[in-house]
Amino acid sequence: MAQITYREALNQALREELDRDERVFIMGEEVGYFGGAFKVTDGLLAVYGEKRVRDTPIAELTIVGAGVGAAMGGLKPIVELMTINFGLLAMDQIINHAAKIHYMFGGRAKVPLVIRAPQGAGHQLGAQHSQSLEAYFLHCPGLLVAIPATPADAKGLLKSCIRQDNPVIFLEHESLYGVKGDVPEGEYLTPLGKANVLREGKDITIVSYSKCVYDAVAAAEALENEGVDAEVIDLRTLNPLDTATVVESVRKTGKAMVVYEGWRTGGAGAEIAAQIYEAAFDHLDAPVERVATLDTPIPYNARLEKAALPGAADIVKVAERMV
Amino acid sequence: MALEREKHIAERALLTMTETQLLDLYRRMVLIRRFEDKVAEMYSRGKITGFCHLYAGEEAVAVGAISALYDKDYVVSTYREHGHCLAKGSSPRAVMAELFGKATGLSRGHGGSMHLFDGELRFMGGYAIVGGGLPLAAGLGLAVRYKEEPEVVCCFFGDGALPQGAFHEALNMASLWKLPVVFICENNFYGMGTLVQNAICQEELYKFAEPYKMPGVRVDGMDVLAVHAATLEAAARAREGEGPSLIEATTYRFRGHSMSDPAEYRSKREERIWQERDPIKHLRRKLIQDGRANDARLAAIENEVAAVIDDAVKFAEESPEPALDTLGKYVYIDADGAE
Repeated sequence: MAQITYREALNQALREELDRDERVFIMGEEVGYFGGAFKVTDGLLAVYGEKRVRDTPIAELTIVGAGVGAAMGGLKPIVELMTINFGLLAMDQIINHAAKIHYMFGGRAKVPLVIRAPQGAGHQLGAQHSQSLEAYFLHCPGLLVAIPATPADAKGLLKSCIRQDNPVIFLEHESLYGVKGDVPEGEYLTPLGKANVLREGKDITIVSYSKCVYDAVAAAEALENEGVDAEVIDLRTLNPLDTATVVESVRKTGKAMVVYEGWRTGGAGAEIAAQIYEAAFDHLDAPVERVATLDTPIPYNARLEKAALPGAADIVKVAERMV
Repeated sequence: MALEREKHIAERALLTMTETQLLDLYRRMVLIRRFEDKVAEMYSRGKITGFCHLYAGEEAVAVGAISALYDKDYVVSTYREHGHCLAKGSSPRAVMAELFGKATGLSRGHGGSMHLFDGELRFMGGYAIVGGGLPLAAGLGLAVRYKEEPEVVCCFFGDGALPQGAFHEALNMASLWKLPVVFICENNFYGMGTLVQNAICQEELYKFAEPYKMPGVRVDGMDVLAVHAATLEAAARAREGEGPSLIEATTYRFRGHSMSDPAEYRSKREERIWQERDPIKHLRRKLIQDGRANDARLAAIENEVAAVIDDAVKFAEESPEPALDTLGKYVYIDADGAE
C-alpha cells in the first residue's frame, strides 16, 4: 500500500489506461498544457502527446458531443468537464444523446464514454461554482454514475469505468483532490455497483458517498463516545446502486440516515430512502432521515456556506434524535 | 457567384458520369419519393404513428451528396432522415419496419421515424434535437483522424440548426482541428413554420463558413448533379486532411414540417413554383434531353421501385411487434458486453 492523494490516484488510473489501450484518449478544457484545472491530468501531455491529451475550446456541448461521436467511431474517450457546473451546457449531449443512443437504436450502437467532472462546495466559490448535481444524472436511465470518496476507489472505479461500454458520469469532489489514502500497489479494479461498508455498527446505518463519507465517519467516531454504534456505508456508485448492501445493514440496525451534498429536495437521498422503505419497511424503527445541503444556492460568505452544507455535527445531532 | 460555378460543375458531372451512375441517382431519388409517399399513406391509415417528417422534394440533396461518398464514409442525420438512410443503402424493408415500430426495424422498434441507425453501412443515426448531430459528426471526424483512416463524415442538418450553439461550436472545432467533415445544410427556407429571414441574421447560410475559415458554397439542392459535384469537392478536401467544408443546398419540402403540419404558412403559389422544380422531374428531363436514357428505361426503374416499396410495406406489416421483454433491454451494456 502506498499513501497517495485522490488527485494522484486519478492521474495513475489515467496513465495506466492510456498505456493499456490505444483507443483511450483524454480531451477537455485545459487538460493538456495547463495540466487540468485541478491538475488531475498533470504531466500526461508530455508523455502521451497532443493526440491523446487534447486541449479543447470552451464549448462544453461540443466537447461532450465530440466525445459521443468519437466513442461511436470506435474510440474510448475520457472527457473532462472543468466542473460539473459547466457540464450543464452539455446536458443535451449527455441526456439526449449519450444516454439514449444505445437504447433508441435498438442496442445497435454504443457510447463507451467517460465524463469526468469535479463538483462540490466548500471553497467560497459562490452559487455557480459549488453545486453537487449527481441527482440530475442518477435520474436518467442509460447513464452510470460513479462518485468515489477515497483515493483507492477513485483509481479503481475510474479504471473500471474506462473498461466498460456504457456512458459514465464520474464525479470527483473538489475538496478531496488533496486527501491522502492507501492505494494498493499494482493493477486493480473496483467493481461498479458494490458499496463499501467502512465501519460496522449495530445501532444506525449512515449511507453516504463522496466527501460526505468523511463526515459520516467522523460523526460515527463521535457517536461511539456517546455509546451509539453506527455503521457507515460508502455507496461508491449511484448507478448501479448497491441497494442490497444498504438493505442488509438497515435490517440489522433498524435505522437509516442518508448523508449527501446535493440539495435535500429531490436529491439522491430521496431515492435511497425510498428504496430502503420499499425493501426494509418492516425493519425500520424510525423514519429514514436525510442530512443534505439546504435548499438554497450556495452563498459566498464562509459562515453562510458552512451553514448550508451538511457536516459531522449535523449527522451527530440527527443520529442522537433517532436512537 | 457560387451558384453559377456549381451549375457549371454540375453540367460537367452529367457529361463525365456513366449511364449506370446516372440511372442509379435516378433510382435512388425515385425510391425515396415513392417511399415517402407510401409512408404518408400508411401514416394516414394509422400504421405509422408518432412524429414523422417526410423528405419529399429534398431527394437531390441526400442522393447527390451520398453518391459522392465511398461506402465506408459516415453519414450523420436529423429527424428528417428516411432519405439519407435509404440513399446510404439501408434496406427499405428495415426502414419501413422501423416506422411501423416492428422488431425487424433498423432500431428494433425502439427508435421510430426519427431514430434510424445502420451501423454496418455507417449511417450513424437520425437525431431529433435540432443541431444535435453536428458535435457527433465532429467526434466521428476526430475518431477517423485519430485512427488515421481515410474516411470522411457527411453531416446533414436543416437551416433551423444554424442559430444553435451546437452549429457554431462544431464548425469551430472541426475547422480548428481540420476534421474530415462535410457539413451539409439543407436550406428548405423554413424551420417548422418560421422563415429563415425571421430566424437568422445572415440569409445566405453558406457565408457562415467564412468566419470558421472553411470553404462555403451554395448549391441548387433541386439539382442532384450540383449537390454531387459540390460534395465530391468537399469530400476530397476533407480526405486530403485539409479540413471541413460547408455546403448550403437550397431545397424545398413538398409537404409540411411533419405529418401533422398542413403548411398553411406557405402560399400555394410558392409551393407551385418549387413543385415545378421537382428534382426528380428535373433529372428525368435532363437524361432524356441529353440522350443518356430513354423514357422506357426510366419507367422500368419506376416500376422496379414500386415493387420494392410494396415489398417493404408487406414485410413491415407481417413483421412481429417487439417482444415486451425487450422494453428494458438496450438500456445498459453488461460488463461482458451483453445487453
